[in-house]
Amino acid sequence: MRDDGLTRRTGRLANRLTGKPAKNCLYTHEVSDTKHAEMMNYEPVIGLEVHVQLKTATKAFCGCANIFGSRENTHVCPVCLGLPGSLPVLNETALKSAVKVALALGCDVKHFTKFDRKNYYYPDLPKNFQISQYDMPFSENGKMDIRAQDGVKRIRVKRVHLEEDAGKLIHPESGTESLVDYNRAGTPLLEIVSEPDLHTPEEAYVYLTDLKLILQYLDVSDCDMEKGSLRCDANISLRPAGTSGLGVKAELKNMNSFRAVRQALEYEIKRQAAVLEEGGSVVQETRLWNEKKQLTLPMRSKEEAHDYRYFPEPDLPPFVISAEEIDTIKKELPEMPAQRRRRFMEAFGLCEKDASTVVASKSFADFFEACLELYGQPKKIVHWLIGPVSFQMNTRGQDMAELRLTPAALTELIDLVETGKISQLAGKDVLQEMLESGKSAGKIVVEENLAQVSDAGALLAVIQEVLAANKKSVDDYKAGKENALMFLVGQVMRLSRGKANPKTARELLVEKLRSL
Amino acid sequence: MKLHGLTAWELRLRFQDGSAAPADVLSDLKGRYQAVEEKVRAFARPPHFEEDVSGSSSGAGALQGIPAVIKDNICRQGDPTECCSRILKGFVAPYDATVVEKLKKSGALILGKTNMDEFAFGSSCETSCFYPTRNPWDLGRVPGGSSGGSCACVAADETIVALGSDTGGSIRQPASLCGVVGMKPTYGRVSRYGLVAFASSLDQIGPITKDVRDNALVLSVIAGHDGRDATSVDLPVPDYLKEMEKDLKGMRVAVPREYFVEGIDPEVREAVTQAKAKLGSLGVTFGEVSLPHTEYAVAVYYIVATAEASSNLARFDGVQYGLRVAAAPEDASALIGMYKQTRDKGFGAEAKRRLILGTYVLSSGYYDAYYLRASKVRRLIREDFDKVFKDFDLILTPTSPTPAFRLGEKTDNPLSMYLSDIYTISTNLAGVPAMSVPCGFSKAGLPIGMQIIGRPFGEADLYRLAFHYEQNTSWHKQKPKL
Repeated sequence: MRDDGLTRRTGRLANRLTGKPAKNCLYTHEVSDTKHAEMMNYEPVIGLEVHVQLKTATKAFCGCANIFGSRENTHVCPVCLGLPGSLPVLNETALKSAVKVALALGCDVKHFTKFDRKNYYYPDLPKNFQISQYDMPFSENGKMDIRAQDGVKRIRVKRVHLEEDAGKLIHPESGTESLVDYNRAGTPLLEIVSEPDLHTPEEAYVYLTDLKLILQYLDVSDCDMEKGSLRCDANISLRPAGTSGLGVKAELKNMNSFRAVRQALEYEIKRQAAVLEEGGSVVQETRLWNEKKQLTLPMRSKEEAHDYRYFPEPDLPPFVISAEEIDTIKKELPEMPAQRRRRFMEAFGLCEKDASTVVASKSFADFFEACLELYGQPKKIVHWLIGPVSFQMNTRGQDMAELRLTPAALTELIDLVETGKISQLAGKDVLQEMLESGKSAGKIVVEENLAQVSDAGALLAVIQEVLAANKKSVDDYKAGKENALMFLVGQVMRLSRGKANPKTARELLVEKLRSL
Repeated sequence: MKLHGLTAWELRLRFQDGSAAPADVLSDLKGRYQAVEEKVRAFARPPHFEEDVSGSSSGAGALQGIPAVIKDNICRQGDPTECCSRILKGFVAPYDATVVEKLKKSGALILGKTNMDEFAFGSSCETSCFYPTRNPWDLGRVPGGSSGGSCACVAADETIVALGSDTGGSIRQPASLCGVVGMKPTYGRVSRYGLVAFASSLDQIGPITKDVRDNALVLSVIAGHDGRDATSVDLPVPDYLKEMEKDLKGMRVAVPREYFVEGIDPEVREAVTQAKAKLGSLGVTFGEVSLPHTEYAVAVYYIVATAEASSNLARFDGVQYGLRVAAAPEDASALIGMYKQTRDKGFGAEAKRRLILGTYVLSSGYYDAYYLRASKVRRLIREDFDKVFKDFDLILTPTSPTPAFRLGEKTDNPLSMYLSDIYTISTNLAGVPAMSVPCGFSKAGLPIGMQIIGRPFGEADLYRLAFHYEQNTSWHKQKPKL
């Protein structure tokens, strides 16, 4: 289900016309603390609908390239433009990717399934119907174990189905016409629907994070919410705590990040609780998250909901996925994040926190394992990855793949530090230089003359200089301030460009200070 | 005889012995067009006789140098494909339909596009946005529809062969009314890629020709699996020309009693009875059978076909191609206003009637009562045929309950128009092949056709019966006086 600016506009109009009380449609976050306390009497019930673009080579029903970011309308053909006379043919790779995801989520994959047409008018939808799956999704009844605050929690996955994406509307600043880019039209889209098993915005956040990780491990999608390759709608209702019925739900759309999903849910819980507390009833409707104003606004009511007139897609015969095909795909499934985390803890002795951090990015975890093959000290590697390497990734805004670093280069550097050839501090500088120049750690150490200096004679000159330049610290130290010594050691390290062996430097400094 | 009056088979022989060349045929056809087209109006647009024919008689293709026309709902690269609807005004197909590719590859020369009921919605060729086509046998009468242009074109000798499309009888009914041979192949036999869809689960493209041999010849060219149509079936294409020559001894043909009840014109009944006697003399044995769900066919058809059409034609909205009418001042939204105005001005009355009907039967709350129930009855209709084909090879019926009716006679009564397809609709619902073959003339001199229905992918059997019948009759040799 897509956002729909058109109904959005008519939706607003309708609300203005019906003149519904503001509390139902324009609640603005004015919740007193007493009311806040009362809200604790409600349990939120949340279900998520996630749309994921599959990164297949070609589109779902034609041979056009499935690429993001090209010039407008360059990856189109009669089929994805919905030209008269064109017909869809299913891309088997898209189906295979879809089955992969379903199996990884523990779904039952059906041997017999079909496509349906979902009919609605919008200019980004070339045929004015979307090829989707309605009453016979290819998979159902899955589950995901998420690591919630109060331990592992099982969230049931209702269904996973395959459909085609729409194009994109472009509204130029000048001019009265809108433009359409059909490059995205017909790209394969997976819809993953959870049961309403989530009860806090935080659980929803963790579910999304864990789901994204699984999809990345399967290597089926870029999962980039900003680029729209992953989208999430949320259904939320409240019920009195301790009861098991379901309240009237609102469907939330237009959240552009996992954080926004959490914020929109938090807002919506407060809004619905306030409505209920005032004796009102929640209206079943679709609401849009407004990131700027940090609130949800009504888009369309239940009465205004589309009648999609689903019916079986007559251009695509029902298709059969054999038990053998399912088995083959199952065997090809890569290790999933949860299994990998467990293995890292058991086989390499990592703590849960470190293991989780490494596993949280597939490329990171793959890099870790590649380093392990070259250098048998998992904890040292993790220390470098979570520390200096992550620091470099963050400051550069690059991910593991973009970083100019190979497992061999990093393990060489770790070895130089661990064998005392260079100091830990110099090591961090060497890493930065490696990433900038692409040179090896060993070469940088030689070129920059960074080998650690433990020789007292060589260090004394530096120490003299530091002492001369920092009279105040010397006085402080003499007056009994131990911290001053740390500062002086730091100055020696800096002046020696990290080459000084910190232990030797400290001993020499103490000795010198005593003699002053 | 002028070359335009010959069949493709006869022309092939003349090309081979050098007594005629494709350029001569084109020149004759151009003359014929100039002489009769004003009366018949078979074409949607003026055809092009200026095809480059140099060397076209020397190739080895099955239709080398043979002129052909195609219905206006079949895409040909660079040609307008408007389905005779205002809403597709100016749409030029950027690609060739699979059947067009195959025709070209076989050496055929495609002259142009023929008139049709708008989007194939009709049985008389009167819903075309251009003009009605007239029956060459009586210019005051309709040629039938929706492939009325293609059938009239063949009957008037304005082309050698033609392609039409058949969703509920749109090849067979006009073939019958125009006295030509028309085949609706098994669903999946011919690729639909490039055929502007009316009802995807019913549509098939098929040949319209002057005799059975030409029909078999053209079908062998256009049949076969196509990777671009997921509903096309990957089965070998038999050698129809060879298969049809096998004699009729032992062939068992069923006559369904439901097809000879009230509403049938006595002259049509008589002509089919005579044909039965002729076939009996050729070794065919007959038996009466029942197709008990026949009475529901029209109702089921107008649910399934309109439902699919309402979705298939949703794309004609003024956004990408064809007609675009801007929103009117009273429209609240520029976009919805454009949709409304474009579709209001673009579609004719019959198209609107069917689109509204199809939208209704798929609507939430009505789906189960209409579409779902119709799909179930459709299966029963298919099973009726399966049962008959356990004991019989073919089924023989009239093609149309009456010969050609007058222009305007049924335009005010859609239901009576719908009933003119009463004998042809079931086979589309069942997916089985069926063809119409000339079997006589009414006292008024109007052609009458009989319908032969066969097992799925049993086109060779249909041709076999039709060929031997034709060899022993001369109906197909009659020409209208124009």
